[in-house]
Amino acid sequence: MSASAHPLTSVERCATGIEGLDNILDGGIPRGNTVLVSGSCGTGKTTLSLEFLVRGAMAGERSLFLSVTEASPKILQNLSTFEFFDPKVMADHHLTFLDVPVLYEKLGLQREELSSEDIDLLVASIVKLASELKVQRLVLDSITSVCYRVRQDEKIRDLILKLGKGLSDIDCTSILVSEIGPQENRYSLYGVEEAIADGVLLLGNVQRRGDLLRTLKVIKMRGTTHSRAQYVLDLTPLGILLAPYLKGGRSWEGT
Amino acid sequence: MAETLTTTEVVERLRALPAGSAVAFKLGGAEYADNYLQALAAVLRDFASEVKGYAIYVSVTNPSTLVNSLLSSLDIPPERVFFVDAISHIMMSNSSRLPNASYVESPTMLENIMLRVEYFLKKTDAPRKIVILDSVNSFAIHNDTSILAEFFHILVNNLKSRGITTVILAVAEDTSPELDNILSLVCDDTLRLGSPPAGPGGRP
Repeated sequence: MSASAHPLTSVERCATGIEGLDNILDGGIPRGNTVLVSGSCGTGKTTLSLEFLVRGAMAGERSLFLSVTEASPKILQNLSTFEFFDPKVMADHHLTFLDVPVLYEKLGLQREELSSEDIDLLVASIVKLASELKVQRLVLDSITSVCYRVRQDEKIRDLILKLGKGLSDIDCTSILVSEIGPQENRYSLYGVEEAIADGVLLLGNVQRRGDLLRTLKVIKMRGTTHSRAQYVLDLTPLGILLAPYLKGGRSWEGT
Repeated sequence: MAETLTTTEVVERLRALPAGSAVAFKLGGAEYADNYLQALAAVLRDFASEVKGYAIYVSVTNPSTLVNSLLSSLDIPPERVFFVDAISHIMMSNSSRLPNASYVESPTMLENIMLRVEYFLKKTDAPRKIVILDSVNSFAIHNDTSILAEFFHILVNNLKSRGITTVILAVAEDTSPELDNILSLVCDDTLRLGSPPAGPGGRP
């Protein structure tokens, strides 16, 4: 599970530890890439991101979860649903949680809208923290909530570019969680995040004859060949499981 | 036409099959209840009790609580059977839940059924496992044949590739040519339990 050079390519992989996802990503996320995990509420974005960190931490990689909207204790409760989770990874600092509002306060970023200087300060602080903690996996949940305070497309582009480059420079593979509304035909609220990110995983709900199925698609992943098929996702105590979406020779209504 | 076998013969045939085989059990409709119990005894008593394997029972016909009580009456150790129950919810009969069952809301959620089977396969590291699908006819009540063919093709071939035996139950007289085609496509053998249907003039 730890990072290894994939036999088919020279790109070093960061195996997510989610078996089905690693299979469709040809071994995992190229190490140092920034991936947007996009979806509406209840599609499994936070669960997928947490499993990515926990699997990494349990394999000996230092992992950091930056929470913008939910307080860490609440997110920690979700971890207990994973049968494979060993609390030891938190005690030995392989898995660390930090609430971004605490970071805002510490940096004095109290203005409603962040300036370019504020963005530089925020990015530098996150990268410095990741570097000091020797973090190899990072999740920011959510980038959408940070972007609420940035607002302008150019500044959002700047934020993601700088954050992605800073984390890549220290070999840290990152997931930025992107919140979109249901039935939206896009991957982010502002429409610029997906262009800057190295990869996009789209989580959604597909309705078939009244059944609501959780789905996953890899929209893009720089540096690797990947499946372009749709998969059905199940959140289980053993982690995320994926199965091919059955087409049955007919086209069904998607939502 | 599949040959008619006794329970002992079924056990012997199952034991002789290589790991990863898929077998269709065609149960004669005239004495269905007897044939069904005979099939459970043949597959599960031998497998769970003697081979010390684990069974995953995908129930689309009867609620898992009912199947579980039948297994108890047949002296099949319950701790060796996991249920993927895709019928209790739509029958509004899932108030009492089994600890060894995972519930899927509808038999139409075929991918979720596959994923719950996968969940139980991952949950136990026993070397011998068997998956029982009960039944192809009940699946066909709720699903189009085209999507069902895709489901059986993916699930059974996945199990085969991992050396896991699959048993698919079918009611012999209620199996349409389309369902027979699916069974022929994915199964290595077909065993018949119970009398063959009467032919013209009442002859078997």
